[in-house]
Amino acid sequence: MPRGMVSSWGNLVHADHELRRLASRHADFPQLPARCSVLPFGNGRSYGDSCLNVGGVLLEMRALDRFIAFDRETGVIACEAGVLLDELLAITVPAGWFVPVTPGTRFVTVGGAIANDVHGKNHHVAGTFGCHVRRFELLRSSGARLACSPTENPEWLAATIGGLGLTGVITWAEIQLRRIAGPWLDVETLRFGGLAEFFELCAQSDRDWEHTVAWIDCTRSPGSGLGRGLLQRANHLERGPVGHVDKASRAAARGLRVPFAPPVSLVNGPTLRAFNTFYYHRQRASRKKALQHYESFFYPLDGIRNWNRLYGPRGFYQYQCVVAPESGREAIAELLACVAASGQGSFLAVLKLFGAPASPGMLSFPMQGVTLALDFPNRGAKLARLFAQLDELVAAAGGRLYPAKDARMPGSLFRSGYPRWREFVPFIDPRHSSSFWRRVMAAE
Amino acid sequence: MRRILIIGATSAIAQAAARLWAARREALYLVGRDPARLESIAADLRIRGAARVDHAVMDATDIAAHAAVIERAASFLGGLDTVLIAHGTLSDQTACQESVARTLAEINLNGLSVVALLTLLGNRFEQQRSGTIAVICSVAGDRGRSSNYVYGSAKALVSAFLSGLRQRLHRTGVAVVTLKPGFVDTPMTAAFAKGVLWVAPARVAKGLVAAIDRGRPVAYLPGFWRPIMFLVRAIPERWFRTLKL
Ligand SMILES: Cc1cc2nc3c(=O)[nH]c(=O)nc-3n(C[C@H](O)[C@H](O)[C@H](O)COP(=O)(O)OP(=O)(O)OC[C@H]3O[C@@H](n4cnc5c(N)ncnc54)[C@H](O)[C@@H]3O)c2cc1C
Ligand SMILES: NC(=O)c1ccc[n+]([C@@H]2O[C@H](COP(=O)([O-])OP(=O)(O)OC[C@H]3O[C@@H](n4cnc5c(N)ncnc54)[C@H](OP(=O)(O)O)[C@@H]3O)[C@@H](O)[C@H]2O)c1
Repeated sequence: MPRGMVSSWGNLVHADHELRRLASRHADFPQLPARCSVLPFGNGRSYGDSCLNVGGVLLEMRALDRFIAFDRETGVIACEAGVLLDELLAITVPAGWFVPVTPGTRFVTVGGAIANDVHGKNHHVAGTFGCHVRRFELLRSSGARLACSPTENPEWLAATIGGLGLTGVITWAEIQLRRIAGPWLDVETLRFGGLAEFFELCAQSDRDWEHTVAWIDCTRSPGSGLGRGLLQRANHLERGPVGHVDKASRAAARGLRVPFAPPVSLVNGPTLRAFNTFYYHRQRASRKKALQHYESFFYPLDGIRNWNRLYGPRGFYQYQCVVAPESGREAIAELLACVAASGQGSFLAVLKLFGAPASPGMLSFPMQGVTLALDFPNRGAKLARLFAQLDELVAAAGGRLYPAKDARMPGSLFRSGYPRWREFVPFIDPRHSSSFWRRVMAAE
Repeated sequence: MRRILIIGATSAIAQAAARLWAARREALYLVGRDPARLESIAADLRIRGAARVDHAVMDATDIAAHAAVIERAASFLGGLDTVLIAHGTLSDQTACQESVARTLAEINLNGLSVVALLTLLGNRFEQQRSGTIAVICSVAGDRGRSSNYVYGSAKALVSAFLSGLRQRLHRTGVAVVTLKPGFVDTPMTAAFAKGVLWVAPARVAKGLVAAIDRGRPVAYLPGFWRPIMFLVRAIPERWFRTLKL
């Protein structure tokens, strides 16, 4: 039976896995070698080990890529779980519908988006991806097929949304899309000089803008511009120019790719500082307005295929936390100061306020508060020390880390951040497991 | 709008090709064995933009059923512009060596069933004096190798048959296209470890659709197989027999 080397987006682990594939949603649960665990694998866009199952089987889901039904009047689409958001958008955008919630890359599968209950720049109004899933089918290793919706098997729905692929295999899902007039967004970019200003701008913007997100220059220490950055806010255009703007530049950007990993990380101290300074000063005016295509607005990094290889063969970590609103401001300031003091800045630090909509999953990451995401080239022990400091700040602020981005959080932090994990455990399929799950459940 | 009949429509390669055609708003008629899968593929193709899609259930080895199914396709589509024959099984060579029945069954499916279809389709297209007949053969048909010569010889039979049919129909304006994929990552090859020469069905489908558009006589998919197979064919038999391929 086939085996193959699999790694996730962070390129931290390259591990030999036994591979199986489902060919259609009607296919039976695959035969597994005795005593071997299995984990569904979407498109490997998770950064760490939550999509890996070292020593076990990965069940590749990409071949489940059929559309099942699309109601162009109501915007309800049903498709198999291996369909990429990219493929979905290609069908729905011309019909005037957009995904209700999208992560920062369109190369994720519908199954992966559910299993991590992903969020986007519109969390404050739309909540998570799972909030818009009307129904799905869960295939268990026993062969049982459970229809899950808010009215059928609701407890399985809550376990499987954000359930990290552990409750079974999602074979198909039905999603409520969001109406759009066209592919264009009305985008404003505002400069802010510090965190206080960020929080104020954000609170204002979240009222009138569907999408808000900020980028922070995290190479700055307190006193020299800590927390300065750019806030982007956008709305879908109500009606708009039909396809004339920068088509050519989009096509050109799409063609870029990083063909192989350079021997060392190109992301290091000097390039980081230069990049961050450049990025901040890219915009002279304190406010800039533009019309942007959804691809360049939502998926700026998708223009460069395999940009993750820039971090070299040792790979990179992303650290994404959310902290509660009350303690949020201070905690974020402390986290940024800690990163700046370590001298291990991040290429792009992303800051966003999560809103009130409740996440539907027992283990969903988003909760009301502030989320911060940072990328770090893998520097071994030095980075581990920084992470330990950041962990303490996050735990003290009642926060948690995002499993989709994680490759190292201690089990204790996972369990304190996700108190519903005990309620979740009975829903785990007896044949399912993952490298992530074994790691955070191991006794310390 | 082209009117396209696909036989073996549940094949991964055929599905990938059908999606490209659906995006171009062509009309499609799908033939295969499994009604549930055919229905789900048809629904998918409609959502992807196909002008019309219907399907029929047929086992390719049921030769008596061929004529009626071709007729149904032509009447649903209002005529036929293109036919793609895609069905096949990657024979288990060792099992075939142990069993005459198994060997002949493989030759029957991969070779004779296609020849039977081509006989009917050849006459039909000759009369209508237009259109394209395309068949998925294989690089394996270019030379018999110890690891899969039962499959390879069935594909070779079809390739030779197509070459003759192409000459015969040339003057009528009908194009006959022989498609020769190399290693494609599909259910047929699920058990194989995949190396650098392997490609996804979507890539093969792109070349396949382009070859049909241009009416190319023989297309290797992807194109790098052409020089590789040229070299494989050039090895004298006295050396070739000593190799383990
Ligand atoms: C550039 C970039 C930007 C990103 N931005 C964001 C963002 O803004 N917000 C956000 O929330 N995330 C973001 N992510 C993370 C990404 O959205 C998630 O990791 C997503 O789950 C990846 O989907 P995938 O299809 O690649 O799944 P994988 O990474 O392959 O798997 C993810 C999980 O889903 C499970 N799974 C996959 N398919 C199924 C199935 N059919 N049934 C059951 N379980 C299944 C797997 O077992 C695994 O636990 C980003 C990632 C990248 C690379
Ligand atoms: N994959 C490769 O590496 C490769 C290389 C060269 C050539 N090819 C050729 O490409 C073609 C498509 O194969 P694929 O790779 O796409 O594999 P596939 O997905 O396994 O497709 C094989 C198809 O043949 C159908 N089939 C088998 N027996 C049949 C029968 N008796 N009657 C009707 N249909 C039958 C199967 O139908 P069911 O779904 O009902 O089983 C299936 O749709 C085949 O002709 C194959 O020989 C493949």
